[in-house]
Amino acid sequence: MPWIDACSTTDIDEEDLIRWDHAGQTFAIYHSPDGDFFATAGLCTHENVHLCDGLVMGNLIECPKHNGQFDYRTGEAMRAPVCVNLKTYPVKVDGDRVFVEVA
Amino acid sequence: MSKRDYSLFGPDAKRAVESGLTAAEWYHTEVPRKVMKDLMARSDAPAIRDTIILYGSMIVLAGIGIALWPTLWSAPFWLAYGVLYGSASDARWHECGHGTAFKTPWMNDWVYQIASFMIMRNSATWRWSHARHHSETYLVGRDPEIAVMRPPEVAKLVLNFFGILDVIAFFPRILKNAISGPTPEERTYVPQSEWGKVQRVAIVHVSIYAATLALAVWMQSILPLMVIGLPRMYGAWHHVMTGLLQHGGLADNVVDHRLNSRTVYMNPVSRFIYWNMNYHVEHHMFPMVPYHALPRLHEVIKADLPPPNRSIAEAFREMWPAIKRQVMNEDYYVRRDLPPTAKPYREDFHQYVPGMMPTAAAE
Repeated sequence: MPWIDACSTTDIDEEDLIRWDHAGQTFAIYHSPDGDFFATAGLCTHENVHLCDGLVMGNLIECPKHNGQFDYRTGEAMRAPVCVNLKTYPVKVDGDRVFVEVA
Repeated sequence: MSKRDYSLFGPDAKRAVESGLTAAEWYHTEVPRKVMKDLMARSDAPAIRDTIILYGSMIVLAGIGIALWPTLWSAPFWLAYGVLYGSASDARWHECGHGTAFKTPWMNDWVYQIASFMIMRNSATWRWSHARHHSETYLVGRDPEIAVMRPPEVAKLVLNFFGILDVIAFFPRILKNAISGPTPEERTYVPQSEWGKVQRVAIVHVSIYAATLALAVWMQSILPLMVIGLPRMYGAWHHVMTGLLQHGGLADNVVDHRLNSRTVYMNPVSRFIYWNMNYHVEHHMFPMVPYHALPRLHEVIKADLPPPNRSIAEAFREMWPAIKRQVMNEDYYVRRDLPPTAKPYREDFHQYVPGMMPTAAAE
């Protein structure tokens, strides 16, 4: 699987996320309060809303439309109305760049 | 003139999907990310304060009502208790259902369960209907929470100021839920994984009402029902009054909350009872902003919104004539002018939406 250069580490505030579009797909890239980076599918599994407008609280991302929550480290659905887990993608940091391994 | 069918299985529901309306992107005012993050930030303090005031007041008012029972001197205390039970619970149900009232999840969940019981809603069902209400606000055949269906049945609206129709609808439904889980209509928006929860919640609700009724029979007094159950009727008027203003008389089948929702400036008591949901355009546009931050959000985006109504009375003066006109012409709706600073309504999209009257005919 290819590692794709997605963004700079400084593009995302701590405890926040950005949207990243690549090859016709949309992703969300997170900067955790611990300084780590994670990537998931960009759309909520409930109703295809972009998660980039949502709120990161610790290790959770809250969907901006219905307040469903996922653990963005694992993709696990944590709060209704989301029931289906979010797809996650491996991330690595090289220097000041964030790379995502896109399936 | 179009004829609306509000059934979730009806032709309007099908048309909304086929026309692309249900998949359309809703209009949002642009708000800088840093500002929005600040507005979305969660806090326990405001909701803990408000919950202590609410439940503390209810205990005191019910206590005085019981002490003065059955004299007429108890009446004002029951009326005040009733509004907190039968109206403030609607706002707590709503805000805690969104999970934004408290920062701590279990606090949201507890207040949500208590409020759901008081407002006579199955907590496991209504969470999902409200999600649909936010996805597809006032799309005919899709939104299960349309308070004023067209043509409006004014007598029903008036009866509901006393919760009569809601309560009559509630008991058969909660009994059905207790016996066999969600109804067929509820199964269109409640995921199958939650059907067991719908039944369990219903059993708890039915058990509490059965115990209260048994106590009333044993005491040969309606006093237990004055505390549990009846306040959903004698205290409903405030949540119906504010709830009708949310969308009443405005457009349906549009994807811009500035066209189908109403922001109304209200007095502080009503805002406490209603938990700031008078900022309703703001709430629908950004449902992740907690109730206590809505006044700040309003200040940030008001240049892009129609001017708010200045009071409950002024809002009714706008809404009530529109509802009466809709009795004869269900395509009629109130269309508010936007300030010059606002982005225009998306006429190109809304003109061909089913059920939406041509722009020239609207006011």
